[in-house]
Amino acid sequence: MIKVEEIRRDFPFFDKTKLAYLDNSATTQRPRQVVEAVADYEYYHNANPFRGLYDLSIDATERYEEARRKVAKFINAASDTEIIFTRNASESLNLAATSLSELLLEPGDEVITTVAEHHSNMLPWRLNAEKKGATVKYLSTNIKGEFSLEEFKSLLTPKTKIVAMTAMSNVFGRVNDVKAFAAEAHSVGAVFVADGAQSVPHSKTDVQDLDVDFIAFSGHKLLSPMGIGVLYGKKEILEKMPVYMSGGEMIDTVSLEEITYAPLPHKFEAGTVNAAGAVGLAAAIDYIESIGLDDIEARELALTEMALEGMKKIPHVNVLGGDTAAEHHGIITFTVDGVHPHDIADIIAHDDVAVRAGHHCAEPLHQHLGIPSTTRASLMFYNTEEEVERFLDSVALIRRLMGFHE
Amino acid sequence: MSDNRTFYNEVVLEHANYPAHKFKMIDPTNALRGVNPTCGDDITLQLKISEDGVVEDGSYIGDGCAISRASADMMLDLIIGKKVEDALALKDLFLKMIKDRKELSEEELEELEEAGALQDVSHMPSRVKCAVLSWHTLEEILDKDNDGKDVRGCEKNEIIIFSSSLFISFFVRYAVSGKNRV
Repeated sequence: MIKVEEIRRDFPFFDKTKLAYLDNSATTQRPRQVVEAVADYEYYHNANPFRGLYDLSIDATERYEEARRKVAKFINAASDTEIIFTRNASESLNLAATSLSELLLEPGDEVITTVAEHHSNMLPWRLNAEKKGATVKYLSTNIKGEFSLEEFKSLLTPKTKIVAMTAMSNVFGRVNDVKAFAAEAHSVGAVFVADGAQSVPHSKTDVQDLDVDFIAFSGHKLLSPMGIGVLYGKKEILEKMPVYMSGGEMIDTVSLEEITYAPLPHKFEAGTVNAAGAVGLAAAIDYIESIGLDDIEARELALTEMALEGMKKIPHVNVLGGDTAAEHHGIITFTVDGVHPHDIADIIAHDDVAVRAGHHCAEPLHQHLGIPSTTRASLMFYNTEEEVERFLDSVALIRRLMGFHE
Repeated sequence: MSDNRTFYNEVVLEHANYPAHKFKMIDPTNALRGVNPTCGDDITLQLKISEDGVVEDGSYIGDGCAISRASADMMLDLIIGKKVEDALALKDLFLKMIKDRKELSEEELEELEEAGALQDVSHMPSRVKCAVLSWHTLEEILDKDNDGKDVRGCEKNEIIIFSSSLFISFFVRYAVSGKNRV
């Protein structure tokens, strides 16, 4: 059982503010342990990893590689060479899209993604498919955020080379059965790429059990600093893939005539790396594991239940997605009849509660649902019941404040 | 917190919820769409300008937050019946108040009539672009006129909106070729 008062002592953020921070799907706050690990690296262990032959550089390299091993273990990758550090999930997905498209797509081939994707798991595929003369097909979703495996099967053809799908939508919060979708994709020989930006921080991820070929996520949604992200990829595919960025430390040898690339994962990590960020991510994983992902999930489920049931009682409030808390994973996206989300978010902000308004980088999804934009509250295990109450009280007043009489 | 507090003042809510100028005009001489992509304000301003340069009628269609809707409605209240150059002068005054955060004189505030009720928005950074959307759209429509071009943007604009909605329904229901970029 999580003792939230104890947990919150790890986050200096809560000492200085009365803000109820409910925008955790955008980015999370950082615990002291993470910031201190980053500071320790920057103060005492900093040298350019992989370059120097002196102890300090070797130490920096070792800390960076230790972080990689920690990430590999966290998502149960078969090998730490399958973990590529990037800036964020967007960069991970751009790397995968650019390099995989180069490797796999011929004119007339097909890529499948879904209408519910974050722009970062839609646009890279569209732009790269266009370059290669391939077609992009879209799996639809219903108002609950469910994808139909039957519809997916009907989209698959021998020409399907890549499937890119979110493991958890940042609008609905539903965990998708990527294992089942990946298995279907594999049955026609397609590569399956999962966007794990929302799922990895909130539920256990076992890439070998899911049998996804790639998964991308960001550190900053997982208590770490901004600027560190991960692309997991299966070794046998990564090895065949062409380089994404070129430059320092991604080669074995270079002459004016020839290039031999470095082995995995360095082939995909051109230039000086974000070692401090990687160290911060490793500390965040340690922190999460010290609490336990099972306890985190249970705590977030309880908070979600409170928020969802509270929202159901407020007239003129419509929550997108499933009916039960288990289908939301802390994400409550909603509309209020007659009130624009920007006004909603401003009213809620006025009550010292931070939520997000707009289309949450999923504009095609909003078009598909016929809703111009929405407001989203997203919870984290460190949020309190009092914060959820404050949010609900604020939502309950919105219509009246906007001049509606009931 | 008290139950009878209001978030926006009554004038703003009145214009936002009960607009006088929100309708589709049949024969505008000028029309232009204004969009704030991040917050979802999307309005199309329609004007009927006479040959001697008077704004004879005006309306807006589309949707947005209360501030963008109220601002559009108040602006139309102000500029209908005015000469184009007077409408532009009012636009300058409004932008001075909201964007440049300049204190307006009492006479200047009076000139803006009810649009002066949006004064407080200048202190709400995240709402400034909502308040100025319709005014910038007005500026763009009228500036094009000043260049001597006759912007009968309505038909053209409707084609843009129509084709994008057509695209959306197409995009959602069917497989879309990667070549069909929006």
